[in-house]
This record gives sequence, structure tokens and C-alpha cells, in this order.
Amino acid sequence: MTEYALILISTIWVNNFVLVKFLGLCPFMGVSRKLETAMGMALATTFVLTLSSVCSYLVNEYILAPLALEYLRTIMFILVIAVVVQFTEMVVHKTSPLLYNVLGIFLPLITTNCAVLGVALLNVQEDHGFLQSAFYGFGAAMGFSLVLILFAGIRERITVADIPEAFQGNAIALITAGIMSLAFMGFVGLVK
Amino acid sequence: MSILSAIITLSLIAGLFGLILGYASIKFHVEGDPVVDKIDAILPQTQCGQCSFPGCRPYAEAIASGEAPINQCPPGGEATMLALADLLGVEPIALSEEHADEPVKTVVTIDETTCIGCTLCIQACPVDAILGAAKQMHTIIESECTGCNLCIPPCPVDCIAIVPVKIEPDTWRWPLPEQAHTAPGA
Repeated sequence: MTEYALILISTIWVNNFVLVKFLGLCPFMGVSRKLETAMGMALATTFVLTLSSVCSYLVNEYILAPLALEYLRTIMFILVIAVVVQFTEMVVHKTSPLLYNVLGIFLPLITTNCAVLGVALLNVQEDHGFLQSAFYGFGAAMGFSLVLILFAGIRERITVADIPEAFQGNAIALITAGIMSLAFMGFVGLVK
Repeated sequence: MSILSAIITLSLIAGLFGLILGYASIKFHVEGDPVVDKIDAILPQTQCGQCSFPGCRPYAEAIASGEAPINQCPPGGEATMLALADLLGVEPIALSEEHADEPVKTVVTIDETTCIGCTLCIQACPVDAILGAAKQMHTIIESECTGCNLCIPPCPVDCIAIVPVKIEPDTWRWPLPEQAHTAPGA
């Protein structure tokens, strides 16, 4: 049990995917203008990351490893993640219009993200088992959601601040992200 | 040999996934309402939310089900409204005032050189935001002013002007729940 708790703490705070590993930066900058869209994106990412991390573990363990085709990992993971997400999107669209309204636009957006592929590949690299992979994916998504929502909240306020002309827009957003990343460096050493 | 097995495995899996997705797109096909699609095609797809719906598609659905009038789209303007009236066979109506512009918080200021000190605006102010005495120049306490504009009609010399409030970090607030629901881009 401690092991899974450690995985969660590690992925959310210490090795945060966005601010420490610098994965998934495009949605971090792209959909953080409004708190509501950031929340939608966070939900969709949590869903996709957990699902894809489990699926890619299964594919690696039961298809690629027995056939000694580990070098096909990257392309295979992309294929599997894209198909699983697309399939889920169709099922959700049919079965739950409400859930589709919340996640709909964001699901295809996050599918081909580097954080998603990164989680799948890191799982293999660190030799995670089935449950470990699931927790690793979920923790990574939680960490992503946390900083995305925090960042969106900060950005909504920053837009009305009196910023020097040269720093307006994306410049101040990047500076803010940098300071957030510095802050998260404070967690280094909490978990190995 | 190993390359061959790699090609075969990848092709098999890709083919299988293709079949699954193809089957799913038939099995889980969702019937879109054709009228909604046509209305959605006319709307400008700016997804600005100024119609009070969270995007163009929800507004199209609301129009199709008769819940919303056709005149709530400021970016589309009159052209969109006319096209919608034509499509749905209803009478064109003018763009609604309330959706034409975003409401902006305003306060009033007194032009102090013109003010004659008649105290009429002080009596009209419901929140005691105007300071002054008879025959003395009046002024407005900006932080107290609610922007109700009730002081403007009584002024005999038209020295009161409406000015928009600039939002700054100190005055910024989270939108109220009902406004958040209709905020642009929501």
C-alpha cells in the first residue's frame, strides 16, 4: 500500500509531469486561459492517462514482449492509445451525452499528447507492474490537473494586472510557469 | 525474419483496430438532429458564448427546440439572424439589446468645473455616494458608486458623465455563479 501512495506522491508533487519533467506543456499553455476549460481538460487528461497507461502495459506485456518486438513500443503505444480513446469517445457519446459534453472536445486533443506517450514509455522503463502502471498514470494525471488548474486560476487574474507592454500575453504566462516550476523544485528529495 | 514478424504483427493489430473502430462507428452511431446541423452551419462558430449558451452548437440546439429566439448572436449580426429566419421560416427580429453588448461595470463622475452645487444629485443617490453641500462643488466617491445612473436625470447642468471601471487585480473578483454560466467562452 505504501508503495502506491509513494507513486502518487512522487508523480503529483516531486516528479510533476508538467513542471519537473516538462511533458504536456502544450495543453498547459494552451487551455489555461479559463478555469472552466482547464477543469474540462484536467478531467479528460485524467481519464486518458489512466486508461492509456493500463492499455500500453497490457500491450507491452502480452504482445510485444513475447514476440521480442520491444523496439516497436513507440508506434504501438501511439496506435493503441489513439484507438482506445477514440473508441471510448464513441461509447461515451452514445451512452452518456452529459459526460460527452464535459469531456467531448478535449478527448481527441489530449490523445496525441507527449505526456500520454511519456507515461506509457516511462512505465516500461521503470519496470512497473499492472497496478503500478495504473497508479503511475493516475498520479501523473493528478499532477497535471493540479498545476493546470492552479495555473489557469493565476492566469485569469494576471490578465487584468498592469503588466509592462513587453511582457503581456504569453510572455508573462511563461514567466509564471517558470516560477511555478521553481516552486515545485522545493519538493525534490521528498520521495526518491 | 524478425522484421517480417514485426511487419505482420503491426499490420494485424492495426487492421484489427481498424475493424473495431469501423464497427463501433456503426454500432455507436449517434443520430444528429438535421435541423440542428443546419442551424449550426449558419452560426459563426466563434464559440464566444455571448448568446448565453456555452457555444454555437448548444445555441443551435436551443433554437431547434424553440427554447431560444434567433436574435442572440452578436458576432453573426443581422446577416446570421436573417439567414436563420429564412431557414426556420419565422419573422426576422432585431438583435436583442441585452446580447448586443457585454454589460460593463460603470461609475459616474462629476465634472467639477460645471457643477453648480444644487444638491439635486445628492438627493437622488440611493447609496450616499455623492459628497457636497449647497453652492459647493460635489464629487462622487467612486468606491461607493453602484453605477445605477439615477443621479443623471436630476442634474440641471448635465455635468455627470458615465465612465467604465477598469478591472485591476485589486478589484478583480470571481464571476458570480449565474454570470459564470453565461461568461464568454464558458
